[in-house]
Amino acid sequence: MNSSGHRLARRLTSERAVAIALIVPSAVAVAVFVYGFIAWSAVVSVSEWDTVRPDYTYVGLDNFRDLFNNFRFQIDIRNTVVFTVLFVGACLGIGFALASLLDRHVRGEGLFRSIYLFPMAVSFIVTGVVWRWLLAPRAGVNILPEKVGAGSIDYGWYTDPTVLYVHADTRLGEALHSVGLGFLANPNYGVPLAITSVVIAATWQMSGFVMVMYLAGLRAIPDELRDAARVDGASEAQILRHISVPLLRPVTLSAMIILGHQSLKIFDLVISMTRRGPGFATDVPGLFMYETTFQGNHFSHGAAVSILMLLAVSVLVIPYLFWSLRREARL
Amino acid sequence: MTLPWSRVAIYTVLVLFALVYLMPIYVLLVTGLKSFQEVRLEQMWDLPSALRFDSFREAYNSLDSNLANSFKMVVPATIASCMLGSINGYILTKWRFPGSDLIFFLLLFGMFIPYQSILIPLVKTLQQLHVYGSLWGLVITHVIYGIPITTLIFRNYYANIPTELVEAAKIDGASIFKIYTKIIFPLSLPGFVVVAIWQFTSIWNDFLFAVTVTSNPGIQPATVALNNMAGSFIVEWNVQMAGALIAALPTLIVYIVLGRFFVRGLMAGALRG
Repeated sequence: MNSSGHRLARRLTSERAVAIALIVPSAVAVAVFVYGFIAWSAVVSVSEWDTVRPDYTYVGLDNFRDLFNNFRFQIDIRNTVVFTVLFVGACLGIGFALASLLDRHVRGEGLFRSIYLFPMAVSFIVTGVVWRWLLAPRAGVNILPEKVGAGSIDYGWYTDPTVLYVHADTRLGEALHSVGLGFLANPNYGVPLAITSVVIAATWQMSGFVMVMYLAGLRAIPDELRDAARVDGASEAQILRHISVPLLRPVTLSAMIILGHQSLKIFDLVISMTRRGPGFATDVPGLFMYETTFQGNHFSHGAAVSILMLLAVSVLVIPYLFWSLRREARL
Repeated sequence: MTLPWSRVAIYTVLVLFALVYLMPIYVLLVTGLKSFQEVRLEQMWDLPSALRFDSFREAYNSLDSNLANSFKMVVPATIASCMLGSINGYILTKWRFPGSDLIFFLLLFGMFIPYQSILIPLVKTLQQLHVYGSLWGLVITHVIYGIPITTLIFRNYYANIPTELVEAAKIDGASIFKIYTKIIFPLSLPGFVVVAIWQFTSIWNDFLFAVTVTSNPGIQPATVALNNMAGSFIVEWNVQMAGALIAALPTLIVYIVLGRFFVRGLMAGALRG
């Protein structure tokens, strides 16, 4: 190598040191505020800190054991599962339906898109306040039919304490019992109706986002592919089923992960819309953690809830991050 | 050829959905525009007989200082977030070093964590730094937890700027700062707009940090004040609704004016499925 090459190499090495120095503040901030704090929370979750005064005496997994024996937390797990399934399902269904309709050369597509998407720009608190009144038992949606001369609806929405579950004395309950699944015939494995109100509000807010993702995915499918199928006599429904849906699988996966991790973390919407609900019917771990920690001062139990929330999100997100970074590297 | 009736069906479905999505806005507007005499729950859907802004006025009077707090928090936090994100994105695309991909991965995960899992240490740390309960505490919090998403958006954005351009400048002897100011920054405007909108919207809309870091009502942002309003039995429903619209207005305006940049931020946040 000649001398100018050496100089360039030396200079670039020192520039690279500057580059690393520039990223250090962010890296350190995230290392401390994300990873350090997670470790700190983990330490709190296995400590005795149950009052205002910090107490880091190690108690092992006692706090976690308490949680899983706690009635409210058991209900929260049920609610999270029900909420996640309904919310993700509704968003994917509506988002995909709207996207595939908008993809068929619709006039005013931009306007429709903006209307479906605008709730994304609004905070969950606003959504919660508005839908609390829209789904109030003697107002909102319930009295809307009166405006067209029909009778009002008599439904309690988020005030309805009903939990749908398999009763032990029914045939299905007995069948479950005979295969050793009798424990499922219990409200803790049921569907609390009140939570559907929260699902409606959350879907109103997030389905437009799924629509945009699917629309981008549909636009990325080469027209020739679908045209060729049409020439071969395929119907629009067949094209959707055999071409669009399989090619949109990565979009579906991304949307499921994003919505799923959101529903595991949900807090704002519940606190502003329904809070715990009747018989904890709309309670969620996020709300439980907030109340336990910052209103009840049971720091170690609050930390334990948060660590469980983190684990649930990690199981979902970490494989996804690997998958999408690998995909990106391949492209 | 598609049959006309199928076109009719498509438009019918699209319009019906549009009406459902707009329904809350309709109720918010007619409620806010009515006089106090007209705002009974049974008349929620009726148009106002005369334009009065009673509910808006009352909601604004009780939220104005909180709206000011939100702006005081959002503006510096957004600016700082943009700068940090831009620098990080630049380094991670144009000055990659061994381990830079790992750093990126570790940053990204920070975007998805439930913030509950860092909340107790955050509160304790902010107390020790004497910024707990202040808007500066919130600004710091938002800037730090915004690093992952802002870095991601800028990284994806800068990945589209040809690396050859930067490599040529390196060989010509341009320094890391010069390449940034002469080549990268001038091309960055759309990236800055996307990140600024994203951060503005998510910081304005945040509730969890706001409610845990600010206990004093005097410095609470609008989302916390609105939630308190909604939780109180003294405040009438119409004032709550008007307050909700007022609290949503800044981000709604940004969305209406700069919608396409908002969508780009969303897609970047989705990591490009």
